[in-house]
Amino acid sequence: MTGFALRRTLQSVVVLLGVSVAVFALVHLVDGDPVRLALGTRFDQATYDALRERSGLDQPLAVQYAQWISSAVTGDLGVSFRSGDPVTVLILERLPATLSLAGASILVALLIALPLGTVSALRPRSLLDGLGTVVSQVGISVPEFWMGIMLILLFAGTLGWFPASGYVPLSEDPAGWARSLVLPAVTTGLVSGSVLTRFTRSSVLEALGAEHVRTARAKGLGPRAVLNWHVLRNALLPLVTVTGVQLAYLLSGVVVVEIVFAWPGLGQLALQAVQARDYPVLQGAVLLFAFVFLLLNLVVDLLYTKLDPRISA
Amino acid sequence: MSAGRTGHAGRAGDAQPVLEVQDLRVELDTPRGTASIVNGLSYSVAPGETVAVVGESGSGKSVSVMALLGLLPAHARVGGRALFRGRDLLAMGEPELRQVRGDGIGMVFQDPMTSLNPVLTVGRQITEGLLAHGRVAGGRQARERAAQLLADVGLPDPRAALGRFPHELSGGMRQRVVIAIALSGDPALLIADEATTALDVTVQAQILELVDGLRAEHGTGVVWITHDLGVVAGTADRVLVLYGGRCVEDGGVDDVFERPAHPYTQGLLGALPQLHDGPGGRRSELVAIAGAPPPPTDLPPGCVFHPRCPVRGDERCALEQPPLVPVALGARPDGTAVPHRAATFHDTAPGTGGAGS
Amino acid sequence: MSAAGTAAGSAAGAAGAVRVRPPRGRFTSALRLLLSSPRTLFALVVVVGVVLLALLDEQVAPTGYNEVDVAQRLLAPGADHWFGTDDLGRDVLSRVVLGAAVSLQVGAVAVGFSLVCGVTAGLLAGYYGRWLDTVLMRLMDVLFAFPAMLLAIAVIAVLGPGTTNAMIAIGLTYTPVFARVTRAAVLGVKESVYVRASRSVGASDARLLLRHVLPNAAPPIIVQTSVSLAFAVLAEAALSFVGLGTQPPAPSWGRMLSEGRGHLEDAWWMAVFPGLAIVLLVLAFNLLGDGLRDVLDPQQRSALEAARSRSRRARRRGGRS
Repeated sequence: MTGFALRRTLQSVVVLLGVSVAVFALVHLVDGDPVRLALGTRFDQATYDALRERSGLDQPLAVQYAQWISSAVTGDLGVSFRSGDPVTVLILERLPATLSLAGASILVALLIALPLGTVSALRPRSLLDGLGTVVSQVGISVPEFWMGIMLILLFAGTLGWFPASGYVPLSEDPAGWARSLVLPAVTTGLVSGSVLTRFTRSSVLEALGAEHVRTARAKGLGPRAVLNWHVLRNALLPLVTVTGVQLAYLLSGVVVVEIVFAWPGLGQLALQAVQARDYPVLQGAVLLFAFVFLLLNLVVDLLYTKLDPRISA
Repeated sequence: MSAGRTGHAGRAGDAQPVLEVQDLRVELDTPRGTASIVNGLSYSVAPGETVAVVGESGSGKSVSVMALLGLLPAHARVGGRALFRGRDLLAMGEPELRQVRGDGIGMVFQDPMTSLNPVLTVGRQITEGLLAHGRVAGGRQARERAAQLLADVGLPDPRAALGRFPHELSGGMRQRVVIAIALSGDPALLIADEATTALDVTVQAQILELVDGLRAEHGTGVVWITHDLGVVAGTADRVLVLYGGRCVEDGGVDDVFERPAHPYTQGLLGALPQLHDGPGGRRSELVAIAGAPPPPTDLPPGCVFHPRCPVRGDERCALEQPPLVPVALGARPDGTAVPHRAATFHDTAPGTGGAGS
Repeated sequence: MSAAGTAAGSAAGAAGAVRVRPPRGRFTSALRLLLSSPRTLFALVVVVGVVLLALLDEQVAPTGYNEVDVAQRLLAPGADHWFGTDDLGRDVLSRVVLGAAVSLQVGAVAVGFSLVCGVTAGLLAGYYGRWLDTVLMRLMDVLFAFPAMLLAIAVIAVLGPGTTNAMIAIGLTYTPVFARVTRAAVLGVKESVYVRASRSVGASDARLLLRHVLPNAAPPIIVQTSVSLAFAVLAEAALSFVGLGTQPPAPSWGRMLSEGRGHLEDAWWMAVFPGLAIVLLVLAFNLLGDGLRDVLDPQQRSALEAARSRSRRARRRGGRS
């Protein structure tokens, strides 16, 4: 068990190092001169030199990478080309919005997926199962941003129930925060929920067919006890992994949804950095995303060994 | 092992049977049409008696016992009667059946690798049955009883085993746990569905001995489903030979083994080398039965066995199902008579080597 | 039981037809199975339809993609403009039709890119193993550690916005998936009897890989291709939506959505129709992937055949009575 944890953690660290090299190379090797790109066409030599020096870009690449990664470890991701603010501060400012959205989305997704997937599996080929299959199939095929636009059209426009966009910090106005969360969270939650519904259904179906379920029934257990302890308990174990991966995706992959809802999260920050050619911010954000993604995957894997007695042996 | 079979009371024919199955029929709708899996099976089990149900895979033997406890898929159609201590199991609703499952009737399944839940501890899997039937007052008492049960089935260090997960135990130990679960309700009837098939030979013998000892001690009726004639010879009092969902021959185990009347039984025994030295020189006739059992969706008309039958001496074989009729009266060790019956048009005079000539 | 495969459809087969399969090629029977599912049939019809639209583009579109007519701007759907017009007076239907070509092109090139890179990497890693496996697969792990959309955005940030760069970015994103699928399949067949046998008679590595390993690893790769096409179409739309993909005035569904977003109150059709087009195409690729998986996965396949024989039997029974 500890051997596995150690190996798995080490593997993640290696991959993360590779990621950092890739992020660094992406900006420095392919393009050559981020400063020139950042400044655009109109700049004078003095500004250029100043920015270059400030960013340490006059050093050899290997040195630059070493400096960048060693300060990154201490939480210093450099300074924004555009605003001059530390990248770490910019990221931390955006974190609450992203966390709120990801958390609420996974909640919505699970609230849809667990009941719908379970009931579909318990009554295969029923009307509800058919409906669930169609809905989840369509759900994974809908572009999230279009779903967002449609929800805005209906619930913000026609019905006027929720704000069309914008984020209200929890500390300012909890009710407003919740209202501002509804549409974006439902948007991403529906899509993630579709993925999870399909998974829940197949997982529960598989668990239902297991022979130990027959043993449990032969023991004289009631249907509820059989379902909870001998079907769901087994079926939901792998769901932990998939939910973790979905959460990782939600934390890092909802760039476009953030744009639709003018949501001041990390995705928006990254996209703005791209548009402004603010490479330190882009580098920092991408590195952070990859870090979170790897970390969550690692946590899920380690958690799974705790949850499934067969592995933790 | 057969010596152990005499050490109990209540074998006499006048005792009320624990289980009396009458004309059991099971049909199942499958993608290939309606499957007639069990077609009119009747037998009874007395307290302390071991009845072996023998047949190839696909003969309907497992389905026939699953049907008793309502463990078949909901779309299975079950007919006939199955009186357990006088009450018809097949007429019971689900809540009533649940009272019987794991309490009046315990069940042991084939593969101890899969018949235990891998993510729950052994203790939990024993105690939940105890608690569901209200046999214990609470968790602590349930654990005490569970440890006792594990000790009864011969698990070393039973208290520690309660906290183990199934994968931490060997196959034989796991099967002992499954037996402990089956015994947890002091059942009047124990159904073992190929309970030793997945185990190695030495472990098999241990499990057989264990069940036989428990039967002798508690006077439990045992239905032993198997395709392994060695198991039958070692443990059973009576044997039912199933083919195509029908009983083709039944009787006392010695009668059937020494004087098999049905060509199918003869074939089965012929495939079992060490039992071959009986009179009549059967060995040369049927070394193995050619072909495979008919699919339950496509049972042949007439005798179900006739397409594979090496004898087929009678034109009725292909037209009508031969009735199950007595071939001889066997004698039990305690002097009571056990009818020996077979369903064949063939010359059923026992002891003549039946088949062929 | 009739074991003969020739009795298909004969009345005598009714009693004993256990598994009657005409002795045709694997491909034909797979295709027939594929078409026997209404869902897959629907998916194929949509895909073929969209491909036809894309090929015919200007011949079927009512107007050109960029015929600006300010007098006709923001017209609601009607007889002249079935899907309405946009803020520049362009016919939305025409732009949706012409956008199909862009979506398909980006999707096909991007997936082709990941297919070639990923399958090559997977074949080499799986077949040769050792250090090559370690290096290639760690490289794939690194690519895989980036959230897909973000990797695409980062790549475009460096390469610059545009259709070609979008293709590269999307293709790069899905390369590790193909590499993993291929490698797993290769590991599965590498030690099989026929590969070992061919190796023992001295077949060259290249020949082995192309003639024996690849065809047997093909089913999961084919399934993955269909599913990836769905993702690629979505990704292209997303990139164009945020302005990093297809550039104006070329008609791209994602681009049209972002233009429509500004007119939600006065012209809902600008956002609704391109979105529906995306959903339809992505759904079709996803369903096709599911259908392919059912047919190419032997376990699923026997279940399907069983279901088909049931319906055949029911039909026969109905005919007789």
